[in-house]
Amino acid sequence: MFEYCADPSQLSGLTWLSCYLTTGTHFNFYWSFLTVLMLLAVTAPTALAFGFGGAMMARSPFLPVSLIGRGYIAAVRGVPDIVYFLFFVIALDQGIEWTKHLFVCDDLGQPVWNGTEFRVCPAAKVPLATSSAIWHSAYGFATAVFTFALVFGAFAANVLYGAMQAVPRAQLETGEAYGMTARQVFRRILVPQMWVFALPGLSNLWLILIKATPLLFLLGIQDIVYWARELGSAKTSGNNPYPHGDWRVFYFLGLLVFYLAFTRVSEIVLGRLTQRLSSGQATLGGEQLRKAGA
Amino acid sequence: MEPMTCLETIQAYGLRSLGIGERLLPRSDFTLCQHFTLIGSGMIWNIYFGVLALLFGFFLANALALAKASRSPWTRKPAEWFIFVFRGSPLFIQFFLAYEMLVLLPKAGINVMGITVETAWTTRAWAGALFVLFLNTAAYSAEIFYGALKSVPKGDVEAADAYGLTGWSRFRRILWPTMLRLGWPAYTNEAIFLFHATTLVFFSGFPAFQQKGDALYYANYFADKTFNPFIPYPIVGLYFISLTLLLIWLFNRINRYLNRHLPSNLQGRIRLRAQVIR
Repeated sequence: MFEYCADPSQLSGLTWLSCYLTTGTHFNFYWSFLTVLMLLAVTAPTALAFGFGGAMMARSPFLPVSLIGRGYIAAVRGVPDIVYFLFFVIALDQGIEWTKHLFVCDDLGQPVWNGTEFRVCPAAKVPLATSSAIWHSAYGFATAVFTFALVFGAFAANVLYGAMQAVPRAQLETGEAYGMTARQVFRRILVPQMWVFALPGLSNLWLILIKATPLLFLLGIQDIVYWARELGSAKTSGNNPYPHGDWRVFYFLGLLVFYLAFTRVSEIVLGRLTQRLSSGQATLGGEQLRKAGA
Repeated sequence: MEPMTCLETIQAYGLRSLGIGERLLPRSDFTLCQHFTLIGSGMIWNIYFGVLALLFGFFLANALALAKASRSPWTRKPAEWFIFVFRGSPLFIQFFLAYEMLVLLPKAGINVMGITVETAWTTRAWAGALFVLFLNTAAYSAEIFYGALKSVPKGDVEAADAYGLTGWSRFRRILWPTMLRLGWPAYTNEAIFLFHATTLVFFSGFPAFQQKGDALYYANYFADKTFNPFIPYPIVGLYFISLTLLLIWLFNRINRYLNRHLPSNLQGRIRLRAQVIR
């Protein structure tokens, strides 16, 4: 990066460090922080959508739909989420390839699960073996986002379901008394009012989601944990211009600080948001705000 | 080789996670019985980590909650920081960091007043990971107990004062039982998710020596070998659902004991709330 970095073996002290921290692999490490942020940015709304769908299904007056919604919420809570992560990575991949297999392959006579192998024809591979590396990582990222959204969607569904139940019944009845249809009551009265009840649960969920991001590593994505292990492990002068001992502990310390800072900032922002949403609400928080203002 | 009967499989692999029985894991022709036996054998470790971390963590959590509620900043600040660090960062990173720190301890052992203390055992999962889980659950539980301590009804404390109870006896007879009672439903959730968190141990730096791993380690082994995730992972799920139900039953009984003096219509049932990954 800098010109004086041409011969690292001559450097020492801070100049060495400045060169060391600006190598190409370190930039991969810095980019992976963006991967984490991007995952959060994509997953949070997707999980919220899944949660909204789940909560609506659980509230449905039609029993089978309601059971599916409740089952979705209950299933994720009884089992460690990491099991789902490990499961969905393979299951999704196989599901997609198997579906494609049914359409594009010629010899459908062969069984797909053959002993200890999962075999589809080359044309059914997703992404194709010939496609460029960027598609492979994009596909990996997409499955990761879907898995995260599915698991966290169940938690969001639980929170939103509770919030929908918490909206005072009288409010909905007032809407009905004005001649609104069930759909109008839902859209104009229930949904706008439920957020303040859902916010504590959703804030908690956001903090949990942040803390779940290192699990990306288990899904085979080159995330911050991957690079911290990679860069921190001992390097000999033979294969690396910047030899050093086992520095993984420092890299993980860095990650710890990153997560602590991220959590703290989130807590502050969410606290402000709660204040904002509480104003004018007929809740304890809203009442406190009203008294403080008066 | 004769195919094993299920009973033989259980004899060979029932305690495999502790290193007892058959040394080689099954390599081909996986049966459902092998799946259930090996994964069940791995559950020994999940229960080991969960029970011990919960037991030790309970005491530290009480101390931390009191320290956080203390008026002196010398005891309050360290407790606040401890709780913030362990609740604010992912358990996964905590495992990695702890492992890397323990690896850096001198291999030959530390000399403490003429006696050499071995250090190699600390990098093993049974000790190192248990220690991290212990600190982690202590931090989460401390926050729960702290919140419960803050919501002890004012009237209870005033009544204690009126009876002349002060200091330690007031704490032991009035504050502490009420704190436990109020915090218990949340603590039940914490216990459940602590057991779920034990599945992270062997995926986070701590190696499984001689393939002695937990339930998820063996499930992952099967899924890697058979390319079929639809059998081993649901089995882990099944085991964990049973464990969760058992825990809820146990904690409900304690909850009933803690609330035994209340009229029966006021004894709240424990509700499961979403609070998962650490």
